[in-house]
Amino acid sequence: MHTDLRQRYEEDLALVRGFWGWFALAALVVALALLPFRAPGYIVFTVSLVAINAIIAVGLNLLTGYTGQISLGHAGFVAIGAYTAGILSGRLGLSWWVAWPAAGLVAALFGFLVGLPALRLTGPYLTIATLGFGIAVHQVLTNWERLSGGRMGLPVPRAMFGPASLTGEQRLYILAVGGAALLIWVAYNLTRSHVGRAFVALRDSDIAAEVMGINLTRYKTLAFAVSAFYAGVAGALFGQALRHLEPQLFTFFESIYYFAMIVIGGLASIPGAVIGAVIVTILPQQLSLLREWVPIIFGTAIILLMALEPRGLYGRWQRIRLYFTTWPL
Amino acid sequence: MVDLAQYIVGGLTTGTLYGLVALGIVLLYRSSRVLNFAHGDIATLAAFLGFSLVLRLQGPALIPLAVEATWWQFLPGMAVSVAVTAALAAAFYFLVLRPVKEATLLGRIVVTLGLALALNGLVSMIWGADTKIFPFPISDVRVYRLGGVVISHVGLALTAAGVTLMVLLYLLVQRTRVGLAMRAVAQDLVAAQALGIPSRRIFALTWGLAGALGAAAGILAAPVTLLNPAMMLDPFLKGFAAAVLGGMDSLPGAVLGGWLLGLVESLFAGYISFAFKTSLAFLIIIFMLMVRPEGLLGREYRRRV
Repeated sequence: MHTDLRQRYEEDLALVRGFWGWFALAALVVALALLPFRAPGYIVFTVSLVAINAIIAVGLNLLTGYTGQISLGHAGFVAIGAYTAGILSGRLGLSWWVAWPAAGLVAALFGFLVGLPALRLTGPYLTIATLGFGIAVHQVLTNWERLSGGRMGLPVPRAMFGPASLTGEQRLYILAVGGAALLIWVAYNLTRSHVGRAFVALRDSDIAAEVMGINLTRYKTLAFAVSAFYAGVAGALFGQALRHLEPQLFTFFESIYYFAMIVIGGLASIPGAVIGAVIVTILPQQLSLLREWVPIIFGTAIILLMALEPRGLYGRWQRIRLYFTTWPL
Repeated sequence: MVDLAQYIVGGLTTGTLYGLVALGIVLLYRSSRVLNFAHGDIATLAAFLGFSLVLRLQGPALIPLAVEATWWQFLPGMAVSVAVTAALAAAFYFLVLRPVKEATLLGRIVVTLGLALALNGLVSMIWGADTKIFPFPISDVRVYRLGGVVISHVGLALTAAGVTLMVLLYLLVQRTRVGLAMRAVAQDLVAAQALGIPSRRIFALTWGLAGALGAAAGILAAPVTLLNPAMMLDPFLKGFAAAVLGGMDSLPGAVLGGWLLGLVESLFAGYISFAFKTSLAFLIIIFMLMVRPEGLLGREYRRRV
């Protein structure tokens, strides 16, 4: 018997439904809390990288999946966050707890600025503008050596907090997974509030949305700013993971990989973005013998998914679940 | 003065390459509204195909990696490479793009991105990521001197070949029945179909033509950029910039945009800053999109929300 019938709006809004939903969430929380103290260091590090990429993918999905604004320059926002945090904590000696939010805010400011031309540009033109932004950030970082350290790179000091017995990997894990959990929760709340509804309305028809009283200027730039904030926060964590920044880490190809995450996982879906981040981060590591195959696999996967299942792996999973819950029907 | 003339010559040469790339992008965009992000990688694939064919025709060389090929080794290799690439591009339209479920703008852009990623990976896997020298029948060290201005043989050949291709494309689009059909499909798809134009075949032909143009651009760029899997990234992005500058739906605009961009970039690199030369193109794009999104010669952009 199918029991997931929703009778009230509050039930539809609820993030976690039913006993098994709460049980799964609790199991996940316990597993993630125990992992850094039980698992070997490289697994802790890998999970942290997944969490960082998940933050970027969720942010990008808010922009591309929900609001329908394609960004091929997300590596630029990540780079801005990483360098802001690196310069503030490294050169100026500020605390990590100042540098981290600042990284997100500076990236959000740039997101707002990129969002301004988005008010006039739609579709392919916007894609080109964001692509140009991503490349321009990379170019500026490569050439403005006094700011970025150029090709020599910028060392990033480690964020110190908590008991002294924590290892570097454990600190990174706490920051990355904690940050990811917080930001994913925020993203869920955003998408089920009036802001998220406005984003979706914008995507489906901007004229109709405007007629319904949605302020296009505000929500389009807000979508860019929020998405860039996520990327900037993740960029700061990226700096913590690598402890050394160079412009080559933030090329056009990274932007395409971020894009691949949300397409493979599922557009306009937060679990989809997380699934995509897991796959795109883990797969190249596990297939290290077949490293050359990785771009081919992702490229083909994108084409096949668009041809066969535009809603991504999460969409496919939902369909499978629906098939079984309603089975003999 | 000599400096200025030299910068102009250099700018026009690179501008021809940008214009060729832009033509391929614009040709597809104006007929099917698809922004082809795989254009650069199609060009790279063609250049590597041509490279392997020329090596095959040269046979086992006495000196490994001879840097010059004769015309009899070069031309057949190039012809086969261009033809194969054009066929692959047309096949991509028939086999992938047309049956795609998510036929929205986002969906189609994403598909070409996937193709770009896959092709780039394929080229790296088959030919390796190290840089190779393309055997070209024209030397890249010999130069002409015109009153102090240096023009390399290779640069001149590149410009001449580029302009020839542009003229051929113009004649094809403006003076033939097929070109008329292409213009009709680009202008109003439904009306063209109602008049009995086989639109799918025209689209496939357009893809093939764009692939051939990309292949030509890749082969012409190869002596300058040398062969490596990322060789077309910069010319491709510049070609995009040129297309936006000239207008995404205007073929003459693409050529004009290419030359303008090449010139501005060359002068900027010469007089202001060499390091920030590449960033300039994107500043131009962003400026152009904000001021006049339809481009210099374009007519399409209409809607403001």
